Amino acid sequence: MFLCVVLGRPVDGASVRSVRFRLDRFAARQRIASRFRGFGDRTFFVASWHHSECTLGDVPAALAVSGLAKRYGAVEALSGVSLEVGESELVGLLGPNGAGKSTLVKIACGLVRPTTGRAEVCGVRAGSREARSAMGYLAELFRFPGWMSADELLKLHQRLAGSEGGERERSELLELVGLLDARARTVEAMSKGMQQRLGIAQALVGSPRLLLLDEPTSALDPVGRRTVRTLLEELKRRGVSVLLNSHLLSEIELVCDRVVILLGGKVVAAGTPAELARPRGVEIETNGGARTYAEASRDDIPRLIAELVQDGQSVYGARVLTSTLEEVYVEAVGGETS
Amino acid sequence: MTAVWTIAGYGLREALRRKVFLVVCLLTIAFLALYWMGTRYAFHHIGNVAPPEGIDPRTFAGAFLFGMAMFGTLFLGVVLAIFLTLGVVRGDAERALLQPLVVRPVGRSTLLVARFLGAAAVCAPYVLILYFAGMLVTGLEGSWWPDRIVMPGLELAGGVLIVAALSLLGSVFLSSIANGIAVFMIFGAGLVAGLLGNIGHVLNSHGLVHAAKIAAWAIPFEALYQDALRSITEKTSGLTGFLLRLGPFGGAEQGGVALRLWAVAYLGIVGVVAIAGFLRRDL
Repeated sequence: MFLCVVLGRPVDGASVRSVRFRLDRFAARQRIASRFRGFGDRTFFVASWHHSECTLGDVPAALAVSGLAKRYGAVEALSGVSLEVGESELVGLLGPNGAGKSTLVKIACGLVRPTTGRAEVCGVRAGSREARSAMGYLAELFRFPGWMSADELLKLHQRLAGSEGGERERSELLELVGLLDARARTVEAMSKGMQQRLGIAQALVGSPRLLLLDEPTSALDPVGRRTVRTLLEELKRRGVSVLLNSHLLSEIELVCDRVVILLGGKVVAAGTPAELARPRGVEIETNGGARTYAEASRDDIPRLIAELVQDGQSVYGARVLTSTLEEVYVEAVGGETS
Repeated sequence: MTAVWTIAGYGLREALRRKVFLVVCLLTIAFLALYWMGTRYAFHHIGNVAPPEGIDPRTFAGAFLFGMAMFGTLFLGVVLAIFLTLGVVRGDAERALLQPLVVRPVGRSTLLVARFLGAAAVCAPYVLILYFAGMLVTGLEGSWWPDRIVMPGLELAGGVLIVAALSLLGSVFLSSIANGIAVFMIFGAGLVAGLLGNIGHVLNSHGLVHAAKIAAWAIPFEALYQDALRSITEKTSGLTGFLLRLGPFGGAEQGGVALRLWAVAYLGIVGVVAIAGFLRRDL
């Protein structure tokens, strides 16, 4: 056995996943040091024993939260929350107001200290300098200095993030959020929606591995929301992990790989939208109209169609009914709101 | 260091935007103009004054007027320091300006130190410029110059930096308005401590003088101001010297090297408490 150090740096535009793949193929070793360094510029520094094959499973989760609790005086905002956001995964965080979503996001980015429990970003303690280097954050309520132009704001954050992307990174980010033409415009001269998109660009400065977005579309019109949705899909393609806190269920359903529902500071439901969806029977369209078979499942469809045809009905289509995310959500939170 | 300068520059541009400098500039111009008029009038008529025996009218007038100018300098410096720092933590957090900066890989301590350095980089030169401007006006109009030229100015600047540090500390725990009021009240408490010391000297009350001294050292910007007042007439003796040591707005008291060392240590202590408080603060 010998200690081996592998250095990997992706070519421009290469995704994190492809780097990992290259690393596996090149190193083919089990990593014992679980800490990666320099996520900001995506330089990987891995110490490993020459032992066995290295797998993607060795890579620490972008966000790992375990037994997290937070108490504000008598109010328990979070009580024993555990969840993970994996590599290139887009996780939606749902819950009524006061469920603890923003507190969870704030703990993940080091703005709030947990009472108990553990939160790690890319394998290091949340809130530490390394963790903050690896993440980008857009708060639910944020303000940028009104006198700054979009370009100046991004430049400020580049300096603070230690990003060497320069002019090119700023242009790319502004283009990504559709603000390239407004780069010289001051924040106070921007609409709320433009400011929100600028906020997303700001969160992406330094190519973070994890993006924490707290209600990023709350001030956006339908076109703006669509822009953000496309942006999230693009980020996922690039290998960025995202924790998306939103009240817009349709949005979450469309873009998220997994959904976590919080209620009263606890996780009450978690899984992929398909896993969370409950079967609600089968609907068959006939010349006599649509017929619903509430107890039927997908396997029953051929039999049901055969029976209808035998009865002399014409069948035009059949589909399995499942509950929407909205129904799952309402069921999970028991209709609670604040 | 890049982060420190970036944040310091950001803080100053924010202050510029909020017209803090404009207000202070207008106040400064008004103050210097009034001070020049007052000094000119006082020295023009000094020949008409028949002072009691043992008092040198030119020294008395020059030192008294310049002492008042030093108080004005301290006051304006304190106003500037407070307005530059009163909302650095909680104020900016409540306006949601702080969070996007704090989540960057810049330590909270770096952020606080940078904001202090930004304020210091403005306040200290401002106080020194105003101090020397006042001295120049007094010297040119009345042909009177203080016994020590540089040290009193540095002590005034030091006093203002202590107020800036206290204001930063307050900003960790208090909202902007509450912090501004609290720091101005502390400044007022220093003024009261100085006046009590004056009364104590006149009444020959050791208890009052002692209490005033403890209060002045507990908030050492006041002790530094008193030491600066003492320095400008340290070679003046007799009745003139005694009366001048009663000083305008607080008596002149010698602090010496011990005070300067204490002031530096005090800055350090305030800084450590502010950083510790900020590190524990949920935003």
